[in-house]
Amino acid sequence: MSSKTHLDRQHALRVLQDMLLIRRFEAKCVELYQAQKIRGFLHLYDGEEAVAVGVMQALGARDAVVATYREHGQAIARGVPLGPLMAEMYGKREGCCRGRGGSMHIFDRAKRFFGGNAIVGGGLPLAIGIALADKELGRGAVTACFFGEGAVGEGAFHESMNLAELWGLPVLFVCENNLYAMGVPLEQGEAETDIYRKASAYRMPAEMVDGMSPVAVESATLRAVESIRAGNGPYFLECRTYRFRAHSMFDAQLYRTREEVELWKARDPLVLMRSWLEENHMLSAQEYAAMESEVEREIDEAVAFAEAGSWEAVEDLERFTLMDEVPE
Amino acid sequence: MKEAAPQSAEQSAERRVTTYREACREGIRQALIGDERTFLMGEDVGLYGGCYAVSKGLLDEFGPARIRDTPLSENAFVGAGIGAAMAGMRPIVEIMTCNFSLLALDQIVNNAATLAHMSGGQFAVPLVIRMATGAGRQLAAQHSHSFEGWYAHIPGLKILAPGTIEDARHMLKPALADPNPVLIFEHIMLYNAEGDLDPNLQGVDITSAKIRRPGRDVSLLTYGNSLPKAMEAAELLSSEGIEAEVVDLRVLRPLDEETIIASVSRTRRCLIVDEGWKSGSLSAEISARLTERAFFELDAPIMRLCAREVPIPYAAHMEEAALPQTPAIVELARSLASPQ
Repeated sequence: MSSKTHLDRQHALRVLQDMLLIRRFEAKCVELYQAQKIRGFLHLYDGEEAVAVGVMQALGARDAVVATYREHGQAIARGVPLGPLMAEMYGKREGCCRGRGGSMHIFDRAKRFFGGNAIVGGGLPLAIGIALADKELGRGAVTACFFGEGAVGEGAFHESMNLAELWGLPVLFVCENNLYAMGVPLEQGEAETDIYRKASAYRMPAEMVDGMSPVAVESATLRAVESIRAGNGPYFLECRTYRFRAHSMFDAQLYRTREEVELWKARDPLVLMRSWLEENHMLSAQEYAAMESEVEREIDEAVAFAEAGSWEAVEDLERFTLMDEVPE
Repeated sequence: MKEAAPQSAEQSAERRVTTYREACREGIRQALIGDERTFLMGEDVGLYGGCYAVSKGLLDEFGPARIRDTPLSENAFVGAGIGAAMAGMRPIVEIMTCNFSLLALDQIVNNAATLAHMSGGQFAVPLVIRMATGAGRQLAAQHSHSFEGWYAHIPGLKILAPGTIEDARHMLKPALADPNPVLIFEHIMLYNAEGDLDPNLQGVDITSAKIRRPGRDVSLLTYGNSLPKAMEAAELLSSEGIEAEVVDLRVLRPLDEETIIASVSRTRRCLIVDEGWKSGSLSAEISARLTERAFFELDAPIMRLCAREVPIPYAAHMEEAALPQTPAIVELARSLASPQ
């Protein structure tokens, strides 16, 4: 085995493990939601793992991430520590946002993770500003901005696309097109259903990517990031993907058929990646079992961390509404 | 990049007599000179020189990266200001008028005001948003509203309303130094106001209300363009032997309750003058706080003079009738101070 192959195998296994971690984390969230440990809105990422994991492979520590309210996958793939992430779901003081954000608002300053944003399209203008600051301060960073195809209906999307190209900003737009804006099918919400084609109106390079393949997403992101870092301005990726679970925990899924869901589950990125690795003798059943127990161990630790956490003192309720200083 | 030392009075390029507009401009100039992280961004701030000519000449002096013209995309460029602030810059965003700020309301209310709290203090939003407010130029409803009271409803924001030339000149610096989003409302009728600017004055605070004219008989609580009207009214009342105390609120959020309550506790009578509407308003809030905390200091019911409950109309006589004016201030203050 050459060193390159070895590296590739390691890399592929890490991608698989990241996707598995997200999938199992979400399953644990459902369990905890049913046990009423997690409340509020909970939007799960099952089926879309290849997008977050693929994109993150091509980003470095200096880069920034802006995500949506369905952002557990991005947070995990970005390396937000699992304990504080789970504790945030619990609403605990040890949560990454000290219980003030919850599932939809995960922030991690150290990881340059600028939040889940629960206003559809609300994160896009922020990404413009982060990229502008990075450019002006010479950080050489790329801001990866995730949003769903539903956000494309918002004015904020078009305003932000225009500003990014106009000012040549280092923004990677990642549209996670999972075909439903909550319950609205793509063809009922968009006159142009090939979302990536909208980028041409802003003279922005764009690609449609198989969002069920982490390899396809990673290689497209590498191309995009290379172009952005070369100073060519923003880049647009439309990742075609599918959400396996309901929109949130309150969704009877009246807008799609069981058959359609099953059709997409046949393209499950986890199953496909695992089979490919096994067929190419890069992953044994034993190794996969070890990977599973490692993932389960990490999640159990995160749950234990959250369980052991404390409640923020109610006297501190108003803390952080106004800041005393800018955190450095 | 560190903030430069403040210029001494000798070095200052300011004239002694200046206008509110020039004071705003000089405030921006000094902010740009003092901190490389600061830039001005908004519609027509560069080539055009600003809708109200506040930023005239600054593009030539500082270049297009620091005097950044934007397309008509309030939502995106206000959001970009928030993102830039979170990522280390100290932006000044100009929205042409507060009427257009409603196109950016989502970014201001759902992002600027919430992100520090929602992130558990991991991020701050050290951003200044300047906008013109108010009526008086026959611009009709969509260019004449006063929304500062509305914004003062929102936790996570600080709201300033410079009503004097010294505040127009000096409020920006502490606003930029503040780790929180600060909205500055500049009244369109004040831009041409002329006055002396004390060259020795090195700055102002953005925490307190100011007594602009002391008096013993009635407190006039006001701000913005109603301030000169209240000052004029106080002068007229004085000739009748009624001494009105004029309190310039200046900071609409957080309100300086102590100064307000101290003044009303001395005069025992209070008239609130606000160009915003009365219903669900800043004047209602001040009245409620006085009722809660100073009810037994009062010798008369709190009175309010606000804009009439209409979209501000175009025709001069109707616009004038819709807004608080000096004669009405005099009349109401007189009725409070000399109960029959």
